[in-house]
Amino acid sequence: MDIELRNIHKRFGPIHANNDIDVRFSHGRIVGILGENGAGKSTLMKILSGFQPADQGDILIDDRIIDYSGPTAAIANGIGMLQQDPLDVGAFTVLENFIYGGAEGLSLQRAQAEARLSELSARFGFELDPHQPIDNLLIAQRQQLEIIRLLALGVETLILDEPTTGISAEQKDILFDALRRLAQDEGMIVLLVSHKLEDVIDLCDEVVVLRAGLMVGEMEMPLSDEHLTSVVIAETKQRLVTMMFGEELAAQSRPHYEIGAPVFSADALVAQDLRLDMQPISLTVHAGEVIGLAGLGGSGQELFMRACARLERINSGALRFDGVEITNASYRQLFRRGLVFGAAGRLEEGLIAGLTLTEHTALVADDKLQIDWKSVGERTAARIDHYRIRGRAADTIEQLSGGNQQRVLIGLLPDDPKLLILEQPTRGLDVDSARWIWTQLLERCGRGAAIIFNSSDLEELVTFSDRIFVFYAGRVHEVPDVEKTSIDELGHLIGGEF
Amino acid sequence: MKNPRAIGIRITFLLLPIAISLAIGAALVIAVGRDPLEVIDALWKGAFKDTRKIGGVVNFWIPLTLVSIGLVVTFRAGLWNIGVEGQMMMGALFASWGAQYIPLGESLAPLLHLLLIALAALGGMFWGAVVGALKIRLGVNEIFGGVALNALVNVISIYLISGPWQPRIGGSAQGTEPFPTPALLPEFSARFPTNIFMIALVIAAFLIVMVMLNATRWGLNLKAVGRNMRSALLLGVATERTSLSAFLVCGALAGIAGSYRVLFTFDNLRPLASGGIGFLGLLVVLLLSIRLLWVPLIAFAFAAILTGSTRLQIALQLDSSLAGVLQGMLVLFVILFHGVQEVFFPGTLADDDTVEDSATSVSSVVKENP
Repeated sequence: MDIELRNIHKRFGPIHANNDIDVRFSHGRIVGILGENGAGKSTLMKILSGFQPADQGDILIDDRIIDYSGPTAAIANGIGMLQQDPLDVGAFTVLENFIYGGAEGLSLQRAQAEARLSELSARFGFELDPHQPIDNLLIAQRQQLEIIRLLALGVETLILDEPTTGISAEQKDILFDALRRLAQDEGMIVLLVSHKLEDVIDLCDEVVVLRAGLMVGEMEMPLSDEHLTSVVIAETKQRLVTMMFGEELAAQSRPHYEIGAPVFSADALVAQDLRLDMQPISLTVHAGEVIGLAGLGGSGQELFMRACARLERINSGALRFDGVEITNASYRQLFRRGLVFGAAGRLEEGLIAGLTLTEHTALVADDKLQIDWKSVGERTAARIDHYRIRGRAADTIEQLSGGNQQRVLIGLLPDDPKLLILEQPTRGLDVDSARWIWTQLLERCGRGAAIIFNSSDLEELVTFSDRIFVFYAGRVHEVPDVEKTSIDELGHLIGGEF
Repeated sequence: MKNPRAIGIRITFLLLPIAISLAIGAALVIAVGRDPLEVIDALWKGAFKDTRKIGGVVNFWIPLTLVSIGLVVTFRAGLWNIGVEGQMMMGALFASWGAQYIPLGESLAPLLHLLLIALAALGGMFWGAVVGALKIRLGVNEIFGGVALNALVNVISIYLISGPWQPRIGGSAQGTEPFPTPALLPEFSARFPTNIFMIALVIAAFLIVMVMLNATRWGLNLKAVGRNMRSALLLGVATERTSLSAFLVCGALAGIAGSYRVLFTFDNLRPLASGGIGFLGLLVVLLLSIRLLWVPLIAFAFAAILTGSTRLQIALQLDSSLAGVLQGMLVLFVILFHGVQEVFFPGTLADDDTVEDSATSVSSVVKENP
């Protein structure tokens, strides 16, 4: 199957998310879709996979114009998309999810489906127990299941949105092997939306770059075998960055601030969790300091951060903040004293769908009963300007793109917090936006704030942390000398080698 | 609302559910061998034939509007306050206690009325606070808590009526002895038998809640908590206090509504004195997708139809529950068509439609202190 997109246009209000996109994807090719946040790559992929219609333009499959609406229709036409958060049903088992959305008719034919599931997982080296509930699976396994499910539905084009977020290096190798085989052996088209340039260079045959809704370039990737030296990778990366941003980005370094007095300490803290065997964790954070928490998703770092912010139960141990014992305080009490927690899910935990930007500003403005809408309006305008948010004050928050929501969230943080506890503050953001967010955060460090954050991006951890703690299955290991740690070394620690 | 097509669709979706429920109602009437026009005539006469009748409509409108205003507040906070009926009843109980035991004579009647209304508000707040505390502290869903408390207050009222507050002669479970005259709210006149002070109170409550919801931090906090309690907490909103305050406000208004039932509509405490008005309030508010502005008007229409329906029995030998059937269908169809419009014509909804909608989904508990 070959796919051609012709003159695709899509507008969201004043934003031209896709502006006359013309592109062809040929069978057997793995194509990277690159672009900074808001460049329009997700929009394009959603149009192709039927999640939203284009305003204008045609989709051609094997040179025939195909008209479909809805993901089910797209799958019937052989196009399936793997979302960033796999769309599975938590309470179901692996097998039930595999069947779900598939066969017609009342009888589910479990035995047959199970055989098919085992056959497909064996072919790609996936380890999927058909009778495990989805809730027990790692993100990587849920992805594997979703891929197999789409294949069983007869998909010939597979779209993956940021598939390497939150999975280990080993799991990534398994995934990439499977994708290569799908393209080479079965002639499928694999489209990879990603910010991780290394992944794109490693996996893709060619790359399509979008910028501000326009297609700005196509590029063949170097062959992924022995020719892929570090010099070639670095050169390719630089060329891609130039295409994405229209300029070359200098290597990022961060200013280091004077480390002040302790602001926060955990003393033999044990957070309560049913799945993990959490070990006591002790940690002291000083003013101006940035603490990075590394680890695969679900290794205990998220739980620890939430326990520190008093959003999760504590089994034993003590917390001190700003000179006071806070083991039994509520989050709100801590918030009022300058401890702010920022969650990874923007619209789930952080922003409120249905409220406008102005209303968000008003919420965090002050405690007075009467809202001074005039000053709130001015403050909103100032924030939109300062934080370079693409959106209007009267827009509801869900109308903004993910990157802009993240900017709003950062903009809502108090100017002078004492401690910020941030879950994946740059998740899903492109290099430029991520840097910009860090500039904003580090400014606060310069004014004496401390930061505890976690990330699945090892480079981010190494670049911005003063100290790094690695979590593995509820245990913690402090990386001795961050200045001298390599990303490679950190990768091994995350795998539990300490 | 810029293009004519969208306006057309909006008007269609406003009128269509009304037309369909009227049509089905008419079909029902024809099926039992009556003329629908006769029914409309009877309803109209039953509600508006003279000022006495209109007074009856107003007497229904007062408590219905009060609870509906209160329910807008709890819905805004994402709470399904099914317990509103019990909060009315608890208000009625508190007012009944005061009416029997506060020894103020005829000369101090206005002061007594104020005291009784305040007591009723307190009673409603108390019962609302129990639902709120159960939800916030123990994670009991407010729907379950509300249903349980509704049942409980009914048991308490029957105990009081057949026990401590039993009439001295001929005691039964029918009701307490009539309250002393100074405690009863006076009629404006025999020709227009309603209480002017309460009407003023309803209007004041409407205006105050309107301002509080739309212009204050409290209103914004309610909205934030109702739409996403987790995010609201992380943004620094006192989520527990906000939820509780919604129950308190709704409870107070429901309690006052309850006092009107026992101090005016009846002259004593009876079992189920609240008369299902709290539940009817839920329908009024759902019909309006939680927009406060139209509450008094729709409550008036409901009150008129229900008051008028008593005449169906007398004039046409039709069961007066026909009016209830009509209202039920109307609410169902309005909600149904709202959903249809949302799915098939998402661009045509009024600005605040979608905003209020999701607040009617049941929210889960987010504790400030795990």
